[in-house]
Amino acid sequence: MPSFSHFFNILTETKGVFLKAMLLTLELTAVSIILGIVIGLIFALLKNSKIKVLELISDAYVYLVRGTPLIVQIFILYFGISGIFLLPDFWAASIALALHNGAYISEILRGAIQAVDKGQLEAGRSLGMTKALTLRRIILPQAFRRALPPLGNQFIISLKDSSLAAFISMNELFNVATTLGSNNFDEMTYLLIVAVYYLLLVALLTFIVNRIELKLAVSDR
Amino acid sequence: MDKKEMIRINHLNKSFGDLHVLKNIDLTVYESDVVCLIGSSGSGKSTLLRCLNFLEKKDNGNIIIEGIEVNPRTDNLNKIREKVGMVFQNFNLFPHKTVLENIIEAPMMVKGVDKEKAIFKAKQLLQKVDLEDKADVYPSKLSGGQKQRVAIARALAMEPDIMLFDEPTSALDPELVGEVLTTMKDLAEEGMTMVVVTHEMGFAKEVADRIAYMHDGKIIEHATSEQFFNHPKEERTREFLKATMLK
Repeated sequence: MPSFSHFFNILTETKGVFLKAMLLTLELTAVSIILGIVIGLIFALLKNSKIKVLELISDAYVYLVRGTPLIVQIFILYFGISGIFLLPDFWAASIALALHNGAYISEILRGAIQAVDKGQLEAGRSLGMTKALTLRRIILPQAFRRALPPLGNQFIISLKDSSLAAFISMNELFNVATTLGSNNFDEMTYLLIVAVYYLLLVALLTFIVNRIELKLAVSDR
Repeated sequence: MDKKEMIRINHLNKSFGDLHVLKNIDLTVYESDVVCLIGSSGSGKSTLLRCLNFLEKKDNGNIIIEGIEVNPRTDNLNKIREKVGMVFQNFNLFPHKTVLENIIEAPMMVKGVDKEKAIFKAKQLLQKVDLEDKADVYPSKLSGGQKQRVAIARALAMEPDIMLFDEPTSALDPELVGEVLTTMKDLAEEGMTMVVVTHEMGFAKEVADRIAYMHDGKIIEHATSEQFFNHPKEERTREFLKATMLK
């Protein structure tokens, strides 16, 4: 095990490199969360559409994504798709992560939408609101609030999953840590350092999700 | 009668699977009339009410709202629902919106009323249901009776010609029933056309112009309130009245 002073020395020395890597990790995570929510919402709505074909499409998507490892999906996008047309590494990784995230998010949102009382839809419709308007103004805000705790969980997972982009040579946190570690024959120190960065990021993400939860909980007070 | 026909139902039928819940219903509601639908649970009265704003789809028969026969397949039901307000047993207020936001939502989003006007109107309505001090409160802070009065104000904000009430006091604590019935009575006195599914015999007797007694998917007796309570024609009606109130 490395000594504390050694650990802190390296931590300070490598600050610049790691901060740059952290930025990339954040970018990958942000894109995969935002795109993932869009994809997840689309497939959750397809699943709830009561139109058989659309439900099947949604089922198939969730099954394919959940049924294969994320690293396989990343490699398929990286090697497979970029063989057909040129996909920058960043987008190969982001899109793979987003597609992966989207499947899980769609399951979270589907459940949350179904859990909103049926009376809410009826109330909206009885006031002359269209189905789409009721969905947007009445159902989804309530569903999103209910979905926030499991969504927060999923966001943390996607932050950590972004480390798999290391395998298509994205210089994000994990890749930088293992590269520097093996170059300096000091893997353990660098792994501990990268763990600290991940812990910080997860703390930040948790803080943000909690703030949103508090803000949305105002109607309970 | 010279009064305008607000609702006319001809030979309405409705089944849920094998269960035939509405059997050949005929009913006409005139302008400013208060019609109470009474009967035991499962008699079809709530289903009939829900057919009137197309939350339930009829199997066959005609529903004519303000002289226009409604075809749920081709007509814009949203336009019709704007004219037909509904108050639910479980209030169905929007929990993520304040009382005021609940009321201005549909006028703004559906009718395109501008915000200031919608708020002005909402405050008038809140005054009317005696809740002007609750405008910025969320529904979770209201009692059942207050929730139901907000729900009434919300429906009125669309300026409907007809108001439907689906057991509006059934989910309330007994001591809160009165305030909701008073609000409804005021509305009736202003000349609102109302169809009310209720178990409140006192309200029916006092406020309703006409009573339709339903049993097993059929309207057994349809009469003026006076006639219905004092001189019921049908044996079954007499039994029902004896069981519910006149012990």
